[in-house]
Order: sequence, then structure tokens, then C-alpha cells
Amino acid sequence: MNNTCVLVTCPMFTYLEQELETRFNLFKLWDHSSSKAEFFNNYSSSIKAVVGNTKVGADAKLIDSLPNLEIVASYSVGLDKIDLDKCKQRGIKVTNTPDVLTDDVADLAIGLALAVLRKVCVCDQFVRSGNWINGDFGLATKFSGKSVGIVGLGRIGSAIAKRAEAFQCPISYHSRSKKPNTNYKYYLNIVDLAANCEILVVACALTEETHHIVNRKVIDALGPKGFLINIARGAHVDEPELVSALLEGRLGGAGLDVFENEPEPPEQLFALDNVVLVPHVGSDTGETSKAMADLVISNLEAHFKGKPLLTPVI
Amino acid sequence: MESIGVLMVCPMNSYLEHELEKRFNLFRFWTVPEKSAFLATNKNSIRAVVGNSSAGADAELIEVLPKLEIVASFSVGLDKIDLAKCKEKGIRVTNTPDVLTDDVADLAIGLMLAVLRKLCESDRYVRSGKWKKGDYRLTTKFTGKKVGIIGLGRIGMAVAKRAEAFSCPISYYSRTEKPEIKYKYYPGVVELAANCDILVVACSLTEETLHIINREVIDALGPKGVLINVGRGPHVDEPELVSALVERRLGGAGLDVFEHEPEVPEELFGLDNLVLLPHVGSGTVETRQAMADLVIGNLEAHFLNKPLLTPVV
Repeated sequence: MNNTCVLVTCPMFTYLEQELETRFNLFKLWDHSSSKAEFFNNYSSSIKAVVGNTKVGADAKLIDSLPNLEIVASYSVGLDKIDLDKCKQRGIKVTNTPDVLTDDVADLAIGLALAVLRKVCVCDQFVRSGNWINGDFGLATKFSGKSVGIVGLGRIGSAIAKRAEAFQCPISYHSRSKKPNTNYKYYLNIVDLAANCEILVVACALTEETHHIVNRKVIDALGPKGFLINIARGAHVDEPELVSALLEGRLGGAGLDVFENEPEPPEQLFALDNVVLVPHVGSDTGETSKAMADLVISNLEAHFKGKPLLTPVI
Repeated sequence: MESIGVLMVCPMNSYLEHELEKRFNLFRFWTVPEKSAFLATNKNSIRAVVGNSSAGADAELIEVLPKLEIVASFSVGLDKIDLAKCKEKGIRVTNTPDVLTDDVADLAIGLMLAVLRKLCESDRYVRSGKWKKGDYRLTTKFTGKKVGIIGLGRIGMAVAKRAEAFSCPISYYSRTEKPEIKYKYYPGVVELAANCDILVVACSLTEETLHIINREVIDALGPKGVLINVGRGPHVDEPELVSALVERRLGGAGLDVFEHEPEVPEELFGLDNLVLLPHVGSGTVETRQAMADLVIGNLEAHFLNKPLLTPVV
């Protein structure tokens, strides 16, 4: 397989790049950013695989420029950066990294909820700045028992629910259709879900339908005592509406791992103490990154050996 | 009951103060400039003391209040109360168990997640604009890590129940093994520390548990281990902890309590593998109200000759 040409779209994980390099003829798209036309002229017809991630995937333009592309292996579970229709049309396989990152993302959702409600980061800063000498910190909000509403009850949504249940949080959810094997309360309408929970968690896939699923109406329904946790995609949320709701006190707080324009979250949030902002780290632990990388490699190896893909999407 | 003197030893909660004032003759000890003069004047009217985790009723205070009948603590911990002296003098003691169990357990899990996933560090990273220059580094997965709990009382059990939802194998140390509990028991803290990834202090502070986390335990926990303290500062040999963290002999720590609150060792402030909190274990609006109501409930019961709600002694 050493002469099989694989294109990786952006820096994602050194271990992954190293492992790809030992097995394939690896091209790094960012090495050719100043001479893209020349690169594509010389190599586009040899590239059989693309490895993408949440930042740079495989859009129509890239797919069109690679006439012999056979497989897109995403170093992510989200597929919003891949033109799935184009891939279907061309018969290009697509794989992602489900399951191996479910725990990490669910852990982060709970970690963000606890950090926002109990003001963990604010308190840590309070101690480090020496302010505790001047008086005790104020009171925060209890997490146990708060009602949690989950948008999208897939692998990650279910893992979040299981964890929240251990804190006696009543669970409700919204998804395209009701799930048969669960006791959680279902809401057909996301506004109703938001109106009936205290912590709303976005955990669904980003598609045309779920773009800006958290809009002004949803934010209003969640209200000044409600909290939004987003560990999915920035584009799930109408970000300007979210920012003004937080600045005006119309929303109680937010824990955000994703933003519409990463790596530039809205700076108006930086001074707020009822938000926790983390830089898209949902699956960024040493353990999970390696597991994801191994899955990408295994999928590619399986494909080029004519064996069944491990985690095919199409 | 308005003539009953109640001495509150330090500021703890305005709602509690107001409710006590409505019912009793409340003395705010911290506003008194000359404490000995105040006590000489008022000692015979003071029949109750309300303390908390910072200040309670030590032998000295108890001795100087001849009419003291009850000490109601705005805390579950009793380490600031001379229980032996209270027993000797027939003074009742109440605390605030159960109502704060969830909050403290929530905070323990919150600390674990914040330390392992570096939530505060990465929040600072975003707010400083550094994300524009590059991604934050990889952190450590929480799910599945082995959690060892010192003290499997109400709070310890609540921590265990939550950690189980993250598929964390649970083990514990306590004075005696609990045969009805399915978690793995270790007869010594060092052994427990050697066999877990995250060690949580959740026992009460007594003479026996003072510095229960010492150099040996810290060494056993090791450079990949994390210590979470939601007990009391004196549970930990703090200088040993500080040097272990500074020298990276211990992987990290989430601390809500310290030996000399509100002073925290400044050598810790520059470390990125820690989360430091100002003793906020039960610090939510909901729980402090419930604790205050329990203090009031106990005092009212006592002075109406009814059974105490949450007696200790």
C-alpha cells in the first residue's frame, strides 16, 4: 500500500499523520497552500483517499478535483464537512469515528454543565487572584435534580442522559422521531423541550434541518434561569441571538465547546462569568485521539485490502 | 422565644441571620469589638451557639457560656466543635447532613472533570485569544478511570453513585469494611491510593484522619494520579501536597478545602494541573437555604422541647 496516495486536509494529530506516513504515500494539503494549482496538476489523479476532520473535510470542490478518489475517512463522528451527496453520486466510500469518542463528548457535556452551574472556573480564578482573603465567594446553582433536555438522542445524547440520571436529573428529549426503547419524555417540538427543562444540551448531527435549531424562540423558552450546553456544532445555534441573550440576562448561562467561527468565539462573551468556553475539545483526550486515529487507519487499510469497512457511513 | 440569646460565631448566611433574628435575640459575634467584655455581659442569656465549618464551639467558648444548651452547626462537619466537652456538659449538638450531600458530591465530580479535562485552563485559553494561534493540547479521559474513595458515608456513596455512571470502577477505604457494599475495599489508604487513578477524600475530620493524605499516600497515587479533596484541609499534609504537585510527583489535584482557609499556598497558583475552589462544597442558593432551615428547625425544636431533627449529641 506504500504507493497508495492519501491526502490529509489539515493538521489534526501527529500520531495519525505518522501512522498514515508509514502505510501510504501521504500528502499534506497545508504543505502546498502556496502552490495549490501545481499540486493538484501533478497529484490529483493519484489521490485515492482523503482524511478530513471537523475543520476541513471533503467538499464538492475537493471531491471534483480528485477523479480517482475512492474513500473519505473522517477523523470525527460529525459529517457536516463532507458532501455526502457528491460521495454517493461518485460511489466514494465515507467512514467516520463513532463510539470511540462518545464517552469523552458526554463527559464534557456534564463537565460543562457542572462548571457553569457551580461557577467552577470563576471560583478557580477567584482563588488564584488572591481574592478569597477579602471574603467568601457568592452562591452558585445546584446541579443535581435539574431537568435536562437533550436535542438528539443518539449515541452521545444517550450517554449524556445516562450520566445526568446519576445526578437525579429528570431527562427529556427532542429528536426527529420518538425513540421506542426509552422512558425519557419526548417533545415533538424543540421550543416545548426548552420550555420544560432547565439545562438544554445540543447533541444532534448538523444537517440542513438542524442548522440554527437553537434560535431566539428556543432561547426565550429556556429563559433567564435556563442553561445551554453545546457540544455539537457551532452552526446549531444562532450565535448572535445567543450572545445578546447572555449579555442581556435573558438566558441564565451557557457551556460552549463549539462556535460558528472557530477558532474565534464572540469576544463579548469573554467578560461573562455565567459562561464556560472551551476550544472544541470534545474528543481531545490522548486516549480517544489515538482510538480515533486507529479507526481511521483501520478503515483505510480495510478498504485498500478489499475488506469490509469498520465504520462506514456510505 | 425572642429573649433567648443565640450567638452566631461568624458570618455565614444572611437568610439564616434574618430568620434567627425573627425568632431569637441574635448576637453577631464578629461585630463585637471587645469579645471578653461582651461575653461577661451576655453570657447568661446565651443558650445557643450557631457555628459553621470555619468557626464552631471550642472548649474555651463552651466554658464561658454557662447557660449554653445547644450548638447548631451550619455544616455537616463537626471538627470545629468540642464534642467531648458538649457531651460532658449535656449540651446538644446538631448539624446539617443530607441536605448538602448532593452538592458536595456534584462538586467532587465537577472537580474530577475540570482537572482531567483541564476545563478552567482551556476556558482561560479561549478568553486570552490563544485559540487563534493553535489548538489546545490533549487532556485525559475521565470515563473508566478508577476512583478510590476515603470514607463511604453519605457523601462518599453519592460520589460513588455518580462516578459509576461514567463507568468508573469504585474502591474505598473506611474504618471498617461494609460487607453489603459491592465496591472493592482496601484496608489501608496507601493500598487504595496505589490502586486507583483518582483519590477522593470524603470522610469526616477527626484525630485519626488528620493528615490521612501524607507523603506515602501521595507517592502511591503517583505522577498520573489525581487527588480530590472535598473533606477538610487538614485531611492533607499540605506542604507535602504542594511539593508533590510542584515537582510533578502527583498528576493533579482538585481542592475545595485547605489547611488555613482562606489562605491557599501561592506556589499552586501557577500550576495548570489543578483546580482550586474557595470551600464552596455546599455553596448553592438551594442548599444553603435548606441548611439554614435545618438549623432553625433544630433550634425551634429544642426550645419547644420537641425531638431534634438532626442531632449528633
